[in-house]
Amino acid sequence: MADDKGKAVSWLPTAKVTVASILLALVVGALLIVVSDRKVVEAAGYFFDYPWDFFVFAGEAIWDSYRALAVGAAGSWNAVTQTLERAAPLICAGLGVSLAFRAGMFNIGAQGQLIVGAICAGYIGFTYDLPIVVHLLVAATAGIAGAAVWGGIAGLLKAQTGAHEVITTIMLNYVAVSLLLYLLTKDAFQREGSNNPRSEAAADTALFPEIFGFHAGVLVAFAVAFAVWWLLERSTLGFEMRAVGANADAARTAGMSVPKVYTLTMLVAGALAGLAAVQQILGHQDSLTANVAGAIGFDAITVALLGRATPLGTVLAGLLFGALASGGIQMQAGVGTPVSLTQVLQALIVLFVAAPALVRAVLRMRDTGGGATVMAKGWGS
Amino acid sequence: MELEIRGLTKRFGSFVANDDISLTIEPGEIHCLLGENGAGKSTLMNMLYGLLDPTSGEILLDGEPVHFTTPGDAINAGIGMVHQHFMLVPVFTVAENVMLGREQTRGLGMLDRGKAAELVRELSARYGLDVDPEAMVEDLPVGVQQRVEIIKALANEAQVLILDEPTAVLTPQEIDELMEIMRSLKEQGTSIVFITHKLREVKAIGDRITVIRRGKVVGTTAPGASEPELAEMMVGRAVKLQVEKPEPTVGEPVLDVRNMTVIDARGHTVVDDISFQARAGEVLGIAGVQGNGQTELIKSLMGLVKPDAGQILIDGKDVSKQGPRETLEQGIGYIPEDRSHDGYVGGFTVRENLVLDLYKHDEFSNGLALRLDAIADNARERIEEFDIRTEDMDSLVSSLSGGNQQKVVLAREFSRPLKLLIASQPTRGVDVGSIEFIHKRIIGERDRGTAVVIVSTELDEIYALSDRIAVMYAGRIVGTVTPDTPREEIGLMMAGASTEQEGSHRG
Repeated sequence: MADDKGKAVSWLPTAKVTVASILLALVVGALLIVVSDRKVVEAAGYFFDYPWDFFVFAGEAIWDSYRALAVGAAGSWNAVTQTLERAAPLICAGLGVSLAFRAGMFNIGAQGQLIVGAICAGYIGFTYDLPIVVHLLVAATAGIAGAAVWGGIAGLLKAQTGAHEVITTIMLNYVAVSLLLYLLTKDAFQREGSNNPRSEAAADTALFPEIFGFHAGVLVAFAVAFAVWWLLERSTLGFEMRAVGANADAARTAGMSVPKVYTLTMLVAGALAGLAAVQQILGHQDSLTANVAGAIGFDAITVALLGRATPLGTVLAGLLFGALASGGIQMQAGVGTPVSLTQVLQALIVLFVAAPALVRAVLRMRDTGGGATVMAKGWGS
Repeated sequence: MELEIRGLTKRFGSFVANDDISLTIEPGEIHCLLGENGAGKSTLMNMLYGLLDPTSGEILLDGEPVHFTTPGDAINAGIGMVHQHFMLVPVFTVAENVMLGREQTRGLGMLDRGKAAELVRELSARYGLDVDPEAMVEDLPVGVQQRVEIIKALANEAQVLILDEPTAVLTPQEIDELMEIMRSLKEQGTSIVFITHKLREVKAIGDRITVIRRGKVVGTTAPGASEPELAEMMVGRAVKLQVEKPEPTVGEPVLDVRNMTVIDARGHTVVDDISFQARAGEVLGIAGVQGNGQTELIKSLMGLVKPDAGQILIDGKDVSKQGPRETLEQGIGYIPEDRSHDGYVGGFTVRENLVLDLYKHDEFSNGLALRLDAIADNARERIEEFDIRTEDMDSLVSSLSGGNQQKVVLAREFSRPLKLLIASQPTRGVDVGSIEFIHKRIIGERDRGTAVVIVSTELDEIYALSDRIAVMYAGRIVGTVTPDTPREEIGLMMAGASTEQEGSHRG
């Protein structure tokens, strides 16, 4: 999936900056591990008497934490399946954000789209009795369609009225959360005999089948990534999306319908977020709760940024974040390093990626044009 | 004050923008800096003005080496610059703009506007600038705004004044006035560096002419040199300044615009009841100073703006309600006035840009997927045919020179059979070599029987190409004339005087 211009030079510096960002984030993370480790802090108290203790303990703490993180992420087949299952929805929702970026839009609404998708998929999943396979297909389609509509609303508003998608998608996020909370108080959704805002889980017939220890939705995620690449790089619609994203005026002058592209792009972006919701509901068998989408919709933005809005990049970034998530839990359980460290690492990686000049300065890299992550246009454009 | 540049070099990475440039500006001389776009004129001036740091070499004022790190240093040393794009606050008065950055106050920090106004009046009288200090800048014509810039520089006691392409935005009359002002400045001892790529102006006003090509000084000559000589120095080879143009064989009207009016978003009538025809096999030139409705006229012809009244007939069919795609599909080629704005997608490759409005054709896609092979074949052919200088077809268009970017646009628009070609500023920001090529292709298209409409603010270009000239002023066509009409007359029309009536030269 060589992206962009098919020129070897164009992606290499970017990849270097990304790898360097990850390494820098790990270094900063190591400092955090040191200052949050009880034994190390104690050793610092008598540093001038036994300086060696401090360094030994610090080294141990860093080694133990990162080792646990790595083992938890990929140390066994079980760990790998965990990573893949966590990565899949991030990849799908991240693709939605990436696609919108390429068409010049900043889709902050993956979270809301995910929630609506989850409501639709969940409702079909736990309400109806349908044969196996059919049930899965119907529920998944409902989830994808619901989220597509939610995304499409923002696209249509931009196309018809010029409303900025950043505003509309954020507002639609609030609406989606409130809609979910409202529905969870209704009999049609709330679990019978319970006062908690929680639905039934989806029926077994609606679940993704399990293969090699992970649910088949994971494979769907990879297939969809390829499909998005094809859409962007090989199809006429993708050509229009990229043209509109890179220069909407030129696209219009060349006869493309910019409103149509905005609407379609957000429709597809929503559908991709919907697929992420489907992964959660029908893969993990999560029941609908206020927290069903977790922070996937927002992590998707960082995944897309880290992946430079390319499908391949998004897949790799999704896998990395999936690994950090599943590894982080093991790290906390095993050696007691707080799982929040992984969130700090995620944030730092993206921070460094967004400031390539900083990374180059720290690592004394030459400026070969590993571009900054500027993909969506700002206000007023 | 004598300004000397000694061995000034500026590198950007491996690219040498200025290579060992040496020249001297004598006190009270008008020194023209002639060169194509991208030759390095602006880089040189930006170093003089403290905006760029030279890689090597030095600047001397009256023999003393100086070092400018900010424009402030340059201003204090007596160097003033009038940029191509004015640096004025539109909602301030002339006096306020002049005092900006060097505000004088009296008691309690009150701004002393009176003193600034006095200074403007004094300078205005001394150099014959005719500027009212109390006028709001946004209400002033472009030519007067430019004089405000000059006053700003003079108020800072500039002894060397750099004028960066000052004539690009002016009418022929305003150009004459500017030259008058330049002479009066010179008489009173101010040196002027006049940057331009227009040979006529250089010959009219320059005391000495330095030609720059690819970052190097090619030579310094007297204004006695002929235009072809200067052009050859500028381009590095002999150029034909005159387009070879056989007599047109004029056919039926292709484009027929009837009483078209366009009102912009602010409610101003920008195109005012315009009617004209463009006929097969002829070039209709639309002359006019920038901002007199040409942009909106062209955009409505292309379906990018919907006219508020009137009709646009192409081959007798009203297209005024159509969008750009239908218009393009009817066989209309379009070269927009600002190619980087809507002529190409800078982040796309040459190959992609060459099918930007053709990708839906059966040749290049099957409706769903692009035919990459056909698109690549097309790119190879066009690059060859139009001599587009690019590393390969996968280079980004934004990395090409202005002339080659324009050739990409041209190649794309000429790659389907046309019945009407609309070209707005077809050679703006294009090197002389490419201008020759582009003009030749446009005339070639005319001779194939295409109706051609050219919009240009450069009278030279209008004269070179047109078979008929329509002059626009304030949204109207004030007259349509033949190309043997004298320059002065068209100049007057561009300033609003219609052919029938005698008018003052600023309407």
